[in-house]
Amino acid sequence: MQFKLNVNETARVVDVDADTPLLWVLRDVLGMTGTKFGCGMALCGACTVHVDGQAVRSCSAPVSAVDGRRITTIEAIGRTPVGRQVQRAWVLKQVPQCGYCQSGQIMAAAALLRTNPNPSDSDIDQAMAGNVCRCGTYDRIRAAIKQAAQEIKS
Amino acid sequence: MQPVGSVLLPLGIILISLASAGLAQTSAAPQADAEASAKLFRKIAEVLRHPRCLNCHTSTDFPRQGDARQRHQQMVMRGPAGRGTPAMLCSNCHQEKNSPDGRIPGAHNWHLAPLSMAWEHLKTDKALCEALVDRSLNGDRNIAALVQHMHTDPLVLWAWTPGDRKPPHIGVQEFQALLKRWGETGGACPAQ
Repeated sequence: MQFKLNVNETARVVDVDADTPLLWVLRDVLGMTGTKFGCGMALCGACTVHVDGQAVRSCSAPVSAVDGRRITTIEAIGRTPVGRQVQRAWVLKQVPQCGYCQSGQIMAAAALLRTNPNPSDSDIDQAMAGNVCRCGTYDRIRAAIKQAAQEIKS
Repeated sequence: MQPVGSVLLPLGIILISLASAGLAQTSAAPQADAEASAKLFRKIAEVLRHPRCLNCHTSTDFPRQGDARQRHQQMVMRGPAGRGTPAMLCSNCHQEKNSPDGRIPGAHNWHLAPLSMAWEHLKTDKALCEALVDRSLNGDRNIAALVQHMHTDPLVLWAWTPGDRKPPHIGVQEFQALLKRWGETGGACPAQ
C-alpha cells in the first residue's frame, strides 16, 4: 500500500503494509538511520521523531497514522531555530557518552523547548522521563536543555 | 350554539391532568423500579471499577497501568488537560488503535478522565453512582447522555478491545444492556 510522507520537508512515497511502524520506514525503507531502535515498545524514547511538531515514538506509530503528515527526524532538527540551539548545547555540554539514545533525547528536548521555552527542572524531568539513557547522562541533558533555553531567549 | 371557550376549558383541564400524571410517573419512579435500578447499578459498578476503566479515572496527577494498577511507567504525568505534559503527551505513544502486537494500547483521543470524574477513591457503589450522575462532576450529562456516552465513546469501548490486557468480565453488549435498563428504570443509586 502506498503512503505519501513529508519527511524533513521532502515528499516521499513508500509502499509498505499499513501497520509498518514509522521507524521501520525511516530506517529500512528510506535509509535514514539517525533515528534509533531501542526497545520497540515505546518505553525508551530512542526512536523519538516529530509528527506535526509533536514528539512521537516512531516504533509504535504505524505509517498509516502519519500519512500526509509532517515528519521531522534527527537528520533535520538542526534546521529549526530551537533544534539548532539544542544541538549546539549538546556539543557545548558534551552530553553524549555512548550516544545511542541521544537522537531521541534531542528530539524530545526540542519538542519541550518549542512548547515551553523556559522549563524548570521539574518541567525537564517530566518531559524527558520517557527517554532512557543507559549511560546516565541525565544531569548533562538537563544542563544542556537549560543552556539551549538561555540561547533561545537571548 | 356553545361558546368555543366552554369546550376548550374542560379539554385543557384534562390535558393538564394527563401531563401532570405523566410528570409524576417520570420524576418519581415506583419503588420497585428504583430498587431494580439500584441493583442494576451494582453490576455496572463492577465494570466501572475494572482496571481498564479505573486506570484513567484516577484521583492522582498520573495515570495507572496494568491489572495491578501500578503507576504508569516513565513517570507519565496528567498535565493540565489530562493529556500529559509537553514532550510527554499521551499521544506520543498511544495511537488511534492498539499496536499490532497488542502491547501498546491505543484508541482515538487517548487521555485521562478529568479529576472531577475520578472514581478510584470512591469506595462504595453509592458514592460511585452519585459521582457518576452528578452533573457538576460528569460533564453536565443527564442519565440519557451518560448511557449514550458509554455506548459510543472510543475510550470506553476500548475496554473491550484492550490488546493483550484483560477486558471487564461483563461483555460490552451486556454492559450496554445493563446501562439501558438502568436508565429506563430511573438511574437510581444504591443505598450504600
